[in-house]
Amino acid sequence: MTGSNTNGTNGTHGARGKRRLVVIGNGMAGARTVEEILARGGGELFDIVMFGDEPYGNYNRILLSNVVSGVQDPSEIFLNSLPWYEANGIKLHAGVRVTKIDRLTGQVFGEGGVVEPYDKLIIATGSRAFVPPIKGAHDADGRLRPGLFTFRTLDDCHAIMAAATQATEGERRVRAAVIGGGLLGLEAARGLINHGCEVHVIHLSTHLMNMQLDPAAGAILRSSMEAMGVTLHLGALTAGVLGEDRVTGLAFRDDTTLECDMVVISAGIQPNTSLAAECGLTVERGIVVDNHMRSPDDHDVYVVGECAQHRGVTYGLVAPLWEQAKVLADHITDRNPNAMYMGSKLATKLKVMGIELASMGVPEPAGAEDEVVLFSEPRRGRYKKLIIRNGRLVGAIMLGDLDKVAYLTQAFDRNSPLPEERLELLFDLGTPGKKVTLDEMPVDAQVCNCNGVSKGAIGACVGGGRRTPKLVMEATRAGMGCGSCKGLVTELVTWFCGGQVDDDPTAHYYVPTIPMNKKELTEAIRARGITSVSDIFNELGDGHVDPGAKPALASLLSVVWKGQHQEERDARFINDRVHGNIQKDGTFSVVPEMPGGICQPDELRRIADVADKYRVPLVKLTGGQRIDLVGVKKEDLPDVWRDLGMPAGFAWGKSYRTCKSCIGSEYCRYGLGDSMDLAVKIERRFRGLESPGKLKLATAGCPRNCSEALVKDVGAVAVEGGKWEIYVGGAAGSHIRKGDLLCVVDSHDDVLRLGGRFIQYYRENAKYKERTYTFVERIGIERLRAIIVDDSEKLAAELDRALDESARATKDPWLERDVPATVNQFRSALPVVTDR
Amino acid sequence: MATSHKVGTVDEIPLGEGRNFDLPGHRIAVFRGRDGRVFATQSECPHRGGPLADGLLGDGALVCPLHEWRFDLTTGATENGACPIEIYRTSVADDGSISVELPTVAIRVGPLANEGDRHPPAPRAKA
Repeated sequence: MTGSNTNGTNGTHGARGKRRLVVIGNGMAGARTVEEILARGGGELFDIVMFGDEPYGNYNRILLSNVVSGVQDPSEIFLNSLPWYEANGIKLHAGVRVTKIDRLTGQVFGEGGVVEPYDKLIIATGSRAFVPPIKGAHDADGRLRPGLFTFRTLDDCHAIMAAATQATEGERRVRAAVIGGGLLGLEAARGLINHGCEVHVIHLSTHLMNMQLDPAAGAILRSSMEAMGVTLHLGALTAGVLGEDRVTGLAFRDDTTLECDMVVISAGIQPNTSLAAECGLTVERGIVVDNHMRSPDDHDVYVVGECAQHRGVTYGLVAPLWEQAKVLADHITDRNPNAMYMGSKLATKLKVMGIELASMGVPEPAGAEDEVVLFSEPRRGRYKKLIIRNGRLVGAIMLGDLDKVAYLTQAFDRNSPLPEERLELLFDLGTPGKKVTLDEMPVDAQVCNCNGVSKGAIGACVGGGRRTPKLVMEATRAGMGCGSCKGLVTELVTWFCGGQVDDDPTAHYYVPTIPMNKKELTEAIRARGITSVSDIFNELGDGHVDPGAKPALASLLSVVWKGQHQEERDARFINDRVHGNIQKDGTFSVVPEMPGGICQPDELRRIADVADKYRVPLVKLTGGQRIDLVGVKKEDLPDVWRDLGMPAGFAWGKSYRTCKSCIGSEYCRYGLGDSMDLAVKIERRFRGLESPGKLKLATAGCPRNCSEALVKDVGAVAVEGGKWEIYVGGAAGSHIRKGDLLCVVDSHDDVLRLGGRFIQYYRENAKYKERTYTFVERIGIERLRAIIVDDSEKLAAELDRALDESARATKDPWLERDVPATVNQFRSALPVVTDR
Repeated sequence: MATSHKVGTVDEIPLGEGRNFDLPGHRIAVFRGRDGRVFATQSECPHRGGPLADGLLGDGALVCPLHEWRFDLTTGATENGACPIEIYRTSVADDGSISVELPTVAIRVGPLANEGDRHPPAPRAKA
């Protein structure tokens, strides 16, 4: 927790009187913005008044199509019910339409004589359904004719459902026409099918969802919709509505007609701007705002959501609105007066049962430089298209198979580099079976196998208000074990949030309580010459010591000061205080160094003697070609080490761990290079080096790869011609990944030099606990190769020097058997005073 | 009712760490914060019996070394609301000696926990 923010009032009313904040609009934007303001202590700054057109609390408009299709009950889509407003001290005028804003006097006027003065005003009037100019659509009073519906509100849903199930002559099916074959129109069409209607979709463009899809994808979507029983009229312009009292049909521009009982108009949205325009704010397509979501005409007036126009763009999707709400809240509460909205990238999913479709960014390449990756299988309704610019994803259409969408959305959002193997972007290669979708997954399915957390438990946690993956993981402990389910937990949280996860700024921090990423933190530590974990909390945090952050900071100090930092042993995890791996019963495992898995007979004898003498319950070979003495009491550690007479094997920490090797060229009849000798050199060079995550290495004497060097953090493989391939970012634990080929070199020394340079770059730049397999993907192998091999950023000399200095500073921690680092270092319990 | 027990001195505990102390029939963990505060708790984590004294200590908070359960040392509460730990009131005299107030009624019935006892007690059942 950061302390209370005392410089957070920027108003004229001083500390005592709260200022008045009036919010026009109680839709998703208005309500979310108020939530964000409350989350930033806005309840202390403002008396909040809200106006909402609809007589309800606030609901999730995105899910209205689920209401129409009968998948969800209306009661399930409410976000904030009426008691929520009361509980948060918000005065809500529900069902009261605002008629006028008087900026001169700072007042908002509502129907029925309601007047609310304001110091700050937020306009979140959203948008309304756009009704195209169709002859006969409106009656004399300007209202839609009976039988015509827009699809925008909960009331619209109720009316549409009633009409869809109305009685007809001869009990024939109700025939429904939907004007507009965009996202919402298709969702409405699917809903009407569920109500047993005969459904026709009329669309102006020659392909469906033309804003998001290219013609080829539109054609496949068309087939899928037709297979569902929807009749499509493409390239059709509706000219008029037929019927006297109520709708009996539609007439088109080409003089054809279509008989129907009801018409749903879903032809887009139109921002509600009249209130703003009437009080003199600049209105173009939407109400114009600056980067703080403020009107440039009046700094007491903010605008958010679909009615806002930012840098010429208005948004009709929900994600941008969440981003805007955060910026607005940061700014209005003065929590961050520099908060700026920079526009949003658009990604969307079609929620039509039976069709899987996601799109993001642009549907077509902009020029010849744009790379297009395309897979098309129309017969099975599958179409995948990616548009890549400068190695980054700028557009994607995924139809019929959403397996890779979570990954692609992330790559698109973060503008991260894509793997060179483009095929991997479209398909999961070499992974068995198809995953069940999140919808299909049973509620009691175990998601986190380490901590036994089910899908249902994650849902309950999200329902309880924890709306970021991190919060859910902290509360349920899902993903906090081996971490392999983190991706799935994140997907589930997103799914339960209906796609609207809260952004978590601390996710970018190196440790949660200090608002800096690793680079910023490293620079601050250097600039101020901070050498201890305590001083980091004092000088860069608010003085509060977060126990969970201590090991991460200790690790960073060790890298920054190349092992010359001021060691505070209490900042270390217990494994690093007593140099063994803690077991479930509180005992420790002892793993002596054994480079390349090579050992001497007398070492084996000593190990056996130690196991006998200290009654070690288990002696086991490890996966890293070592011998593990498991179950040693803390008190016995110094004596065990002394009797072994071998250096520490560093099998417990976030550091260089082991280097496996095969027999290599000396004995193996296939061997091409001396992998054993290289493994010994590697261990001598890197042992004891702390790193963000553990480093497991291997050397292989030939491409048969008996030592599994292709799936190691760093692996060296001998190839014909006396050369070595260096692979980085491999993994074969909870996550399996083949390493990327960094380069091919000529000698052991080159492997040590370039492998070491990679390790140092990883040490300086990876997040805490980020293994190389994530790090390499995040940075991208091409960029890594440029930095490490080609020295494109002129870092090589400094990396080599830093690694050298750090390696020289490491020492055998088992020497603490003779010189303990702290009092009672190896005591698990002390007798009390009266016993002495 | 509570009885005060002298357990040891602050010098016996490294700064920012914890150590177990064996009272007759009862093992407790005592922590010495870098801020000078001293806390005492039950010795095993209620989750899987992890040795709390080997945990990471922050401002009035403790993280168990086995599965990173986190406890508030002033209330004993966990972050997720399950399984709180017992907290005992402590005081430190001018000479650095630490006293811990324990309930007079023995909390645990069972064999005396000896120094170096390798077999921790079974996990405590949820209240």
